[in-house]
Amino acid sequence: MPVDIPAEVLSNTRLSPDYNVVALDAPDVARAAAPGQFVMIKTAPGLDPLLRRPFSIFEILRDASGEARGLSLLNKRVGVGTSLLYDARPGDRLDCLGPLGRPFVPVDPPAQAWMVAGGVGLAPFVTLAEALAARGTEMTLFYGGRSAHDLYHAEFFEALGARLVLTTEDGSRGERGRVTGPLARELAALPADTAATLYACGPTPMMRAVADLGTAHGHPSFVSLEPVMGCGMGGCYSCVVRVTRPGGTHLVRSCIEGPVFDSSTLIWDALQGGH
Amino acid sequence: MADLSVPIGSLTLKNPVIAASGCFGYGVEYSKAFDISTLGGVAVKGLFLNEREGHAPPRIVETPAGMLNAIGLQGIGVHRFVAEKLPELRALGATTIVNVCGTTIDEYCEVSRILSDHDGVHALELNISCPNIKEGGIQFGCSLIGTHDVVSAVRKVTSLPLIPKLTPNVTDPASFARASEEAGADAISLVNTFLAMAIDVETRQPKLTTGMGGLSGPAIRPIAVRMVYECRQAVKIPIIGMGGIATVTDALEFIIAGANALQVGTANFVEPLLWQGLIDGINAYLDRHQLAGVGDLVGQVRSRK
Repeated sequence: MPVDIPAEVLSNTRLSPDYNVVALDAPDVARAAAPGQFVMIKTAPGLDPLLRRPFSIFEILRDASGEARGLSLLNKRVGVGTSLLYDARPGDRLDCLGPLGRPFVPVDPPAQAWMVAGGVGLAPFVTLAEALAARGTEMTLFYGGRSAHDLYHAEFFEALGARLVLTTEDGSRGERGRVTGPLARELAALPADTAATLYACGPTPMMRAVADLGTAHGHPSFVSLEPVMGCGMGGCYSCVVRVTRPGGTHLVRSCIEGPVFDSSTLIWDALQGGH
Repeated sequence: MADLSVPIGSLTLKNPVIAASGCFGYGVEYSKAFDISTLGGVAVKGLFLNEREGHAPPRIVETPAGMLNAIGLQGIGVHRFVAEKLPELRALGATTIVNVCGTTIDEYCEVSRILSDHDGVHALELNISCPNIKEGGIQFGCSLIGTHDVVSAVRKVTSLPLIPKLTPNVTDPASFARASEEAGADAISLVNTFLAMAIDVETRQPKLTTGMGGLSGPAIRPIAVRMVYECRQAVKIPIIGMGGIATVTDALEFIIAGANALQVGTANFVEPLLWQGLIDGINAYLDRHQLAGVGDLVGQVRSRK
């Protein structure tokens, strides 16, 4: 059951000229959130911009007793809404509707979880990693960015016990190149009797490559999509993606049937943009 | 507590606040967030006889205080609607207004006939005004003869309250209101979206895949208020006003201009839980002005001295 609250900005941590993390006081949303769900944020009061923006829930913020009291958003400045969120100030109130969408289903041991993140696509994996750690599932994070200062929060995953495989396009941290390079190599090296589930979020070409690699090596993959969304509630039909269903292909609303999809059902040629 | 009920033909809405078609899915999507039976009505997404896929994304573009859409009436068709959605709407206690689409008069009649045979459909809104499809729809809504013909044809096949939804993309909406009334409509609803366009100056391409789309949101409100006001002078049947309503003040402005009831569309995307506040706000205004019911405010525009 989603709720809509005027969430106070607790902090705005600038990570770079493009990236920031906004912490929101939103206990009712945080308590109900499942891994990979999202919220719709009104990035400024008033009529311009008119619509809310979807953001993956990044971290669940807990008090000393472990009680969820807020959540954070990993933001990359690309347009009007994300620029406003980059400039959010502590004490501002941002309307926050959520939690929304179909979550990731964390895989149980002995299967392994391989998370693949590109840039701001890291956002849904903090909550997933926590759920995986609680199950004792062995996990790896493949995390790629343009350069070292695009890679954040890797130590958090390490602390949860995840193995890290980092890549940068300029070679300033980890392996030089795209994150799908080491992923392809490691999938090829994985013993045939080892089950692994892939989870991906990032640019559409990256997610597609991950899905193709999963298929080639016989591992299921789940991707978190983020198309343009008007409402997040299934009302507007603007966020549709094409999927295979019994009887043919259909355009389905990614806000309520996603944002997480079994990638084997997606018609990738019909997908555009993303992040 | 004022009397918030609104008669629309043989139907009495419990209050004047209706969720607008195309902006509220099939209604059931919102039942997880609040009790949709509290609404005056739920106008579900437009239905053709058959399923319809709609346009390729991107389907929406934001504009100042508004948005352009070119969804293209994606929908499950009337047969799946009555099988899959209507039972749930009935169980939820919703006052269901079905938005009826067609490419021919025969299709409008067939969809209306099927809906009229099912319990739980409370009224039909005839969509003769969607700017996003090439065939049918607006070709009826932009011609007085076409409007008259489709409304009178559907009138013959249903006893449900019949509400043609009018387009603002004509010079004189009031004449279309009159044509609807003469053809036997129980009420009219207006306005649908304004045909509009946005262009990316760097690529010089339209921002929507279809080129043009329909503009909605607060940006269109003053024009919609004017059109409701003009139609109020032209017809006696109830008017369901819409176009950028987001606040209690906006809602009251439409009622004073001549609307008996209201639809809220785009604002629901931004504030999906705004409904009770609108209903309570209208009631509070009526109490404060010592008006017994909504009807006492309809069309009460005072002339400026």
